[in-house]
Amino acid sequence: MQKIRNFKDKTARQVMLGIAIFSLLLLVIIGTSLFLKALPIMKEKNLWVLLTSSNWKPFKGDFGFYPFIISTLYVSLIAIIIALPLSILTSIYLYAYSSDSVKKVFEPVIDLLSGIPPVIYGVWGTLTIVPLIADKIAPHFVEFSSGYSVLAGGLVLAIMILPLLISILLEVFRSIPAEMTDASLSLGATKWQTVKKVVLRKSFTGIIAATVLSVSRAFGETIAILMVCGNIAVIPHSIFDACYPLPALIANNYGEMMSMPGYESALMLGAFLLFIIIVIFNGLSRVALNQIEKRYSF
Amino acid sequence: MNNGLAKETPIFQEPFNQTILRKVTATPAITIKNLNVRIGDNHILNDVNLTIPEKSITCIIGPSGCGKSTLLKTLNRMHDETPEVKISGEVLVDGSNIYNAGVEVIDVRKKMGLLAQRPCPLPMSIFDNVAYGPRIHKLKRRKALNQTVIQYLQYVGLWDEVRGRVRTSASRLSIGQQQRLCLARGLAIEPEYILGDEATSALDPISTRKIEELFVRLKEKYTIILVTHTLRQARRISDNVIFMYMGKIVESGATEEFFNNPKEQLTKDYLSGSFS
Ligand SMILES: Nc1ncnc2c1ncn2[C@@H]1O[C@H](COP(=O)(O)OP(=O)(O)OP(=O)(O)O)[C@@H](O)[C@H]1O
Ligand SMILES: [Mg+2]
Repeated sequence: MQKIRNFKDKTARQVMLGIAIFSLLLLVIIGTSLFLKALPIMKEKNLWVLLTSSNWKPFKGDFGFYPFIISTLYVSLIAIIIALPLSILTSIYLYAYSSDSVKKVFEPVIDLLSGIPPVIYGVWGTLTIVPLIADKIAPHFVEFSSGYSVLAGGLVLAIMILPLLISILLEVFRSIPAEMTDASLSLGATKWQTVKKVVLRKSFTGIIAATVLSVSRAFGETIAILMVCGNIAVIPHSIFDACYPLPALIANNYGEMMSMPGYESALMLGAFLLFIIIVIFNGLSRVALNQIEKRYSF
Repeated sequence: MNNGLAKETPIFQEPFNQTILRKVTATPAITIKNLNVRIGDNHILNDVNLTIPEKSITCIIGPSGCGKSTLLKTLNRMHDETPEVKISGEVLVDGSNIYNAGVEVIDVRKKMGLLAQRPCPLPMSIFDNVAYGPRIHKLKRRKALNQTVIQYLQYVGLWDEVRGRVRTSASRLSIGQQQRLCLARGLAIEPEYILGDEATSALDPISTRKIEELFVRLKEKYTIILVTHTLRQARRISDNVIFMYMGKIVESGATEEFFNNPKEQLTKDYLSGSFS
């Protein structure tokens, strides 16, 4: 018996180790193959110029990625700025204030929302958000906007990551032991004081981790963004200008016009850049999270 | 400080002394009438009627699961947080029903300081834990707060152990230290009643004695209700004892009388240790 148990234990451990190594390998493989595909263009042009030029004329062989990188960051930033406060408030409401019947209605709806395919968000964004921006919002700020813009992308993206954020945050809040919130309440703290001083404090690192996860998701979102961003390769000067995030660039052009010299390799560099952005972002936030945990772990 | 704790009298100088126990005061501070607590079909407190005299120590004893914690929680309305708990009856504190419409639950909890059965430090420093109540109730100015926190940590005999690290996380304290911290935190809201749910369960005999001494001193100013599993502790420090069994009050009375001359068979069995 002892032997069998040991054997099972060992195999289980090795299998799991294998899976873990495999997923790590996958990351390396994807990174390397993108890199290799992007190598020709990097050899041909100066990488620094590729990254900082905003001149995108594939026919002439000009591949400036700067507008795409900026667009990706810009849209994701707007999405998280909109989504984070909304999702924190919503999840706090569902966690601390709502009645059970409200929870029973809302939680399945939130799960459902995160299951809706991006293309539907895209269509909806085109039909409602884009005209809303063009007719109602933008005229207050700029002379003209088609509505297909950074703001449209950010809004649609925010709406898409909201359900994900809310359900992770709910999970984070619910992992706080009831004794802890009870301790605060029984000292005569109000619900709001308890949320502010105990719940948010205790889940600070969890909130950051949730944010990181949804920003990574935002970086990579393609279809919905592609439908509402306008897809013009210029640097957007305001949130009402059109933009062209990396995933949209790749999805729009891959497979077409591949005969153009350097084009395929350039698109692969776009993919590689996206990959690097996500890896760096995750790495940095992990370091930050560790620091925060060390300094503020209570 | 309005509760007189600030008097310069050092608490632990006086040797612990059984004769410090006073006779039961007559004025009832808490009167419980026909209290019933139900959770679903579970009848957890069954027709509880009690009077608890002011400025004295009342110990609640009884086997595990008999409803002691539930009873304490009804006294500071912690059950309000769990909607499935249904409460009927009256709890009169200083003559008025704390369950009356219009009574602010915050005021009840500020007045009835509950020390939970499982000590749970808040996710902040040791200092901030003790300062939590004074801050939310705005009891102290910033400057005075330091002094107050130190004072309460001294009361519970924790100051010397933590003086170098009051700004570090409270969750790193040992369980016994956490228990004393929670006691200090509960006292710092300056309640009028202390409801201690096994407040010394995680402490060694010496610390236990110190906390007991503290309670005995505090009863000059506070009305204290303690749940305890240690009969000896009940005997040592209480003026009155309440014995509960399966959600009912079986017997209650002055401590000496209760232990020396129990009236109910159930009480006799429990005291002799035939069940626990
Ligand atoms: N939220 C709840 N839902 C259902 N039953 C509950 C709940 N809280 C308490 N009970 C039940 O109420 C009864 C009394 O519990 P209580 O915690 O008051 O016991 P106790 O006397 O404090 O026990 P112990 O000495 O072990 O702390 C128990 O049978 C318990 O299972
Ligand atoms: Mg209990």
